[in-house]
Amino acid sequence: MTRNPQLNRNGELTHLLTLEGLPAAVITHILDTAEPFVSIAEREVKKVPLLRGKAMFNLFFENSTRTRTTFEIAAKRLSADVINLNIGVSSTAKGETLLDTVDNLCAMNADLFVVRHAQSGAPHLIASHLTATGRAHVHVVNAGDGRHAHPTQGLLDLYTIRHYKKDFRELSVAIVGDVLHSRVARSLIHGLTTMQVPRVRVIAPRTLLPTAVEALGVEVMNDMREGLRGCDVIVMLRLQNERMKGALLPSAGEYFKHYGLTAEKLALAKPDAIVMHPGPMNRGVEIDSPVADGSRSVILPQVTFGIAVRMAVLSIVASS
Amino acid sequence: MTPDHGLPDAEAALAALVERMRGAVAHDAALVGIYSGGAWLAERLAAALPGAHPLGFIDVSYYRDDYAVSGLKPNVKRTSLPFDVSGATIVLVDDVLYTGRSVRAAINELFDFGRPERIELAVLVDRGGRELPIEATYTGARLAVARDLSIVLSRASEGTLSLGVEPARRRERAEPRVAR
Repeated sequence: MTRNPQLNRNGELTHLLTLEGLPAAVITHILDTAEPFVSIAEREVKKVPLLRGKAMFNLFFENSTRTRTTFEIAAKRLSADVINLNIGVSSTAKGETLLDTVDNLCAMNADLFVVRHAQSGAPHLIASHLTATGRAHVHVVNAGDGRHAHPTQGLLDLYTIRHYKKDFRELSVAIVGDVLHSRVARSLIHGLTTMQVPRVRVIAPRTLLPTAVEALGVEVMNDMREGLRGCDVIVMLRLQNERMKGALLPSAGEYFKHYGLTAEKLALAKPDAIVMHPGPMNRGVEIDSPVADGSRSVILPQVTFGIAVRMAVLSIVASS
Repeated sequence: MTPDHGLPDAEAALAALVERMRGAVAHDAALVGIYSGGAWLAERLAAALPGAHPLGFIDVSYYRDDYAVSGLKPNVKRTSLPFDVSGATIVLVDDVLYTGRSVRAAINELFDFGRPERIELAVLVDRGGRELPIEATYTGARLAVARDLSIVLSRASEGTLSLGVEPARRRERAEPRVAR
């Protein structure tokens, strides 16, 4: 069996590409490492010198505001130098290949690449290329690739769930909405099953579910009211209009009626159930405003925890 | 713990440290313990010394100079300084003063919370072997032990402190990483 490409010879995390196949001990280590990072934001100097002198390149081949910004804040709080590349108007547009771009940035002494790409597997390709060319000291963190994975989002979701619910092994988690296009859902499902969450269910219309989604170890429900019963955690997914080709849905209004989270549907879950959303939200499409802004919503804490989790990932891979 | 290697009794060393600090430490000085041994000592000192001493705790993991070599240790504690660092007189408290690197890291971290008026250093044990120009203001006991041993402070469930030795942790990746 070949070695997990994310781990080095000592079993330490050296790239973060996907949560699939990542040992529970590594995930727990990341979540534990993130905890004390949360309080750094409360200091007068919101910075620690852990990654001083390291150069982190944000390689975003696909648009993102929140993820790119939170990676940038995370790196800056660790005192790394951050370089943002606006790929759309740079070399790629002039015809440079992905690996040529990477080689050029390595010649500028890059230490870390944070990569978002519309093609599934692009971060893996970069990591393999770095290993094959003897540059094991350069690390890759996947910030979302195609429909494949968004591991730091999955980790910050796990962090949020652990923060509010403590023990993974007693929970029912419902993931609702556009699972088909969602790398967030895929990463979270892998993380939840690795952390031994006993009941993970996905709730979506058939047209927004990947074929054989049950193979990921989840229960599939089409009726939201039935699916939310007894849940501890509800993760709403964004309806990804920009990725939809063809008629998967009758209309946004119709979708809201059946799969939008309203106060009335939320009442079917446990009384202390939390509501999560990876953002950006479509209010009135997958989530109703009173729920998004309500007392059970932990959507904004997710963003705050996301910075600490990304600090943990960056500091762990950079020291491997 | 066995009292070999000429180790002093921790409680006796603490009593000696308290006597050296009594009357010498500002009555409102904050006591900041470096995790984990220094944190236990800071609590004990705050109880034993006259005056009202604000207590703080510091974990220097993010400020260590060996992060690139040894990585981040698990279970980093949360630094907590519940008083205004700017203008404060602070006594850093640690169990063992050796190379001076932890104290260097702690001073750097303190300055990220503000500009203290004065920083002093209280240690239970000074074992020599300095690699930086750092000295303690107050010392409980002095001794010399072999370089391949670490002195470790432990706390029993009822709170009694004791000193022991264990083999020094080898730096996992002693070789610097290959330059690009």
